[in-house]
Amino acid sequence: MTTTVAPQPLKPSDFETDQEVRWCPGCGDYAILKAVQKTLADVGARKESTVFVSGIGCSSRFPYYVSTYGFHTIHGRAPAVATGLKLARPELDVWLVTGDGDGLSIGGNHLLHVLRRNVDIKILLFNNEIYGLTKGQFSPTSRVGTKSPSTPLGSVDAPLSPTLFALGAGARFVARTIDTTQAHLVAILKRAHAHRGASFLEIFQNCVVYNDGVFDDFTDRSVAPDRQLLVEHGKPMIFGKDKNQGIRLKPNLLELEVVTLDDDGVTEADLLVHDEKNRTLAGLLGSLQPPTFPQVLGVLYCDPTPTYEDVVFGQIRAAAGTGPKDLNALMRTGRTWTVAG
Amino acid sequence: MTTATTAPTSRTPKDAVVIRFAGDSGDGMQITGSEFTLETALAGNDLSTFPDFPAEIRAPAGTTFGVSAFQIHFGSKEVMTAGDELDALVAMNPAALKVNLKDLRHGGILVCDVATFNARNLTKAGYSVSPIDDGSLTDYRVLKLDVTKLNAEAVKPFGLGAKDAVRCRNMWTLGLMLWMFGRERHATIEWLQRKFAKKPAIADANVAAVNAGHAFGETAELSSIGGFSVAPAKADPGTYRTVTGTEALAWGIVAGAKAAQLERVVMASYPITPSSPVLHTLAGLKQFGVVTFQAEDEIAAMCAAIGAAYGGALAVTSSSGPGIALKTEAIGLAAMTELPVVVINNQRGGPSTGLPTKTEQSDLYQAVYGRNGDTPLPVISTSTPSDCFEVGMEAVRIATKYMTPVMLLTDGYLANASEPWQIPDVATLPKFPVRFHTDPTGFQPYLRDPKTLGRVWAVPGTPGLEHRIGGIEKDYDTGHISYEPENHQRMTDTRAAKIDGIANDIPLQAVALGEDRGKLAVVGWGSTYGPIHQAVRQLQAEGASVSHIHIRYLKPFPRNLGDLLRRFDRIVVPEMNNGQLVTVLRAEFLVPAEKFSKVTGKPFKIVELVEAIRARLEK
Repeated sequence: MTTTVAPQPLKPSDFETDQEVRWCPGCGDYAILKAVQKTLADVGARKESTVFVSGIGCSSRFPYYVSTYGFHTIHGRAPAVATGLKLARPELDVWLVTGDGDGLSIGGNHLLHVLRRNVDIKILLFNNEIYGLTKGQFSPTSRVGTKSPSTPLGSVDAPLSPTLFALGAGARFVARTIDTTQAHLVAILKRAHAHRGASFLEIFQNCVVYNDGVFDDFTDRSVAPDRQLLVEHGKPMIFGKDKNQGIRLKPNLLELEVVTLDDDGVTEADLLVHDEKNRTLAGLLGSLQPPTFPQVLGVLYCDPTPTYEDVVFGQIRAAAGTGPKDLNALMRTGRTWTVAG
Repeated sequence: MTTATTAPTSRTPKDAVVIRFAGDSGDGMQITGSEFTLETALAGNDLSTFPDFPAEIRAPAGTTFGVSAFQIHFGSKEVMTAGDELDALVAMNPAALKVNLKDLRHGGILVCDVATFNARNLTKAGYSVSPIDDGSLTDYRVLKLDVTKLNAEAVKPFGLGAKDAVRCRNMWTLGLMLWMFGRERHATIEWLQRKFAKKPAIADANVAAVNAGHAFGETAELSSIGGFSVAPAKADPGTYRTVTGTEALAWGIVAGAKAAQLERVVMASYPITPSSPVLHTLAGLKQFGVVTFQAEDEIAAMCAAIGAAYGGALAVTSSSGPGIALKTEAIGLAAMTELPVVVINNQRGGPSTGLPTKTEQSDLYQAVYGRNGDTPLPVISTSTPSDCFEVGMEAVRIATKYMTPVMLLTDGYLANASEPWQIPDVATLPKFPVRFHTDPTGFQPYLRDPKTLGRVWAVPGTPGLEHRIGGIEKDYDTGHISYEPENHQRMTDTRAAKIDGIANDIPLQAVALGEDRGKLAVVGWGSTYGPIHQAVRQLQAEGASVSHIHIRYLKPFPRNLGDLLRRFDRIVVPEMNNGQLVTVLRAEFLVPAEKFSKVTGKPFKIVELVEAIRARLEK
């Protein structure tokens, strides 16, 4: 006879390891690690059934600092490793940690496919718009003109938007947040965890050594309220330190514009109301860029469909009763003949 | 209806026959050959087949590069190769004749569909004058038949469109050849009725075509040729089937998982010729708990296999040379994290894209040496289609027991070739159950079995064993990241010792044929088994001191191999590459092995090997 003992609730500190965390002092990764550990505790995650999978880069050291199962794989390939793991063990709670170089340059193909397949994993993309571990080269998300060791005269490549990439790949959960906004970060991590299927979370993360302040145009305290729009499902899109800025669809155009409440008779009723299930809207919101527009944060899109594993194992269950039942029978299907002794 | 198959009194008995069916890639030659093979297997002959098709799915009709062929060698004695030269060639069009005639022996039978020898097709094939009429075929016994017309008459009652009617031409020809060699038609007719169950008119027309071809042979004036008979071969008692290397390998993997008591097989692959059929075959075995994953690329396939292995499944990936090249970094990760993955390489002609549909064994260096860092891993190879079953199981055993990726080298020839196989009883197969680690006491991820040096397999989901692994060097004692110089030395030595130690867990190298010492050892590996064996047998019959040694375990080698080789005065290594095993043997054992290489995309002929070996015996 077995008795079920309710598992002890775990604290954030229970998800720490004995390994010294070796990111640069002041790195945004520390805040993300702390938020993830708190999220794990808050959602009641079990250490034994949680796995962190990562690629290569600063962010990808993450698994060593979480006391769950962890797999630090090779550059760009974490989505493929995580997919294989879920095909072996669909019941596991799998998190993927990647960066703008790992996830969108060398691993862009795998990120694309893990999203379109809708494998049930949480993908945290730490976007610092730079290669940190290799000492500061421009990345696929670096802005044009980024001066780096490999682009002394400034980079010429047009940057990629992780959020738009994810939407384009068919992701069913796309969210955005900032390393230093602990409460929002934890809230979004919990949403990502609650979502079944591939949940994609772009985290703006400041690299203090190679790209310090690159997000200051919307994260700096002095401008943040006017340059950040925190969207919530069913709520009108209002921002600004005086809560009087709003986002409106331009009449007759598929474009958004910033309006000021009470100016020219603009009222709250004129503003867009966030709808997480509207993918077109998510695309429009994801495209907005400071300083003309606020940076849109929060869950831009969430519209679940069956996960990859649901469908794959559904097929396997359906096939269970079909065909030859055992290997002996299988190998004897088709024409056989017997030689008598 | 089919009682008279062996009736004619005029049948000439033959010990062995080689036939090649050749036509346009749309003419259904592979199906024709497969059905002839099935009827031949059911007639109790030993056999070996060799399908040879172009890389293009539908090359322009009538061209030489669109010719598809299927060769079968069958006989009343042991058959080990698809045959050197043809006793009979079926040429469905001028291009098929042009490409294949050189392999037909003088005095051989040539069946041509003369209706296709029109100006247009002749030009496409590069003939200025029809070979049917210009006297160039006088060395052969030619059956000039208007197969197109004879077939059209046979299928007329079924009201098929012109296109569908012409498609039955191959079945008419099959019927004729079945008659010629005294084969039954039952299995073919059953197969046609099953295949076209939803299109009864097409099924009936095809059956009528088979019967008409057969009846033509029986009643028409074929006095110059007549019929032949090939008596059944001796075989051990048991149940048999024909099996391709691909089928045997897929079943071997499933049998291996069962022997390891692993519930789930995860097979992750990316489409590539000639390896895709392994994925296709396993995709049809979902009822055995097989999960197949068609990944976005080769790298993802290998990485997904690694993820699955980490999760405690039997992980498999398959590819061919270029795909293996892409997987290489990830194979290193599997070696570094010591996770079991069976990596199948269906070798094809290289380098680069090379000859996708042609066979070669030129990825041995890649398998043994082709990774960054000191990354040894076991390499084993298959030698015949049926051998693929046992080797598939063996790859699973080594991978799971030693916690390592295993490279399984097979090739495009074995993948598609078929031969009779005595089907094993699963209950009698070896068992090698896996035990996942579950004890948290003193746990660290690189705890090793002191005997095998294999690390523990600790699967996520197990309470108390939470740990982190990865591609960075780990501490021998704690499993944490370590950049310590002495530790890297120790881990490198340990990884090497683990793989080398497998030599104590595999059979000693046996001599396939002949004495274990003598004048000359002919050493091979892979699909050259059949031709080497036959060549050595032929020379032994002439009294030569020559032996055949065939190596399955290429890394590590069997521990007696060096001693065995040193007992011969000379060593020659025939390979379908530019000399790879020969170099490895020389490096490993400092023996004066000589190469004999062939890279034409085609298997060795016995006669080529006999000549090469004889030259070395005479020197």
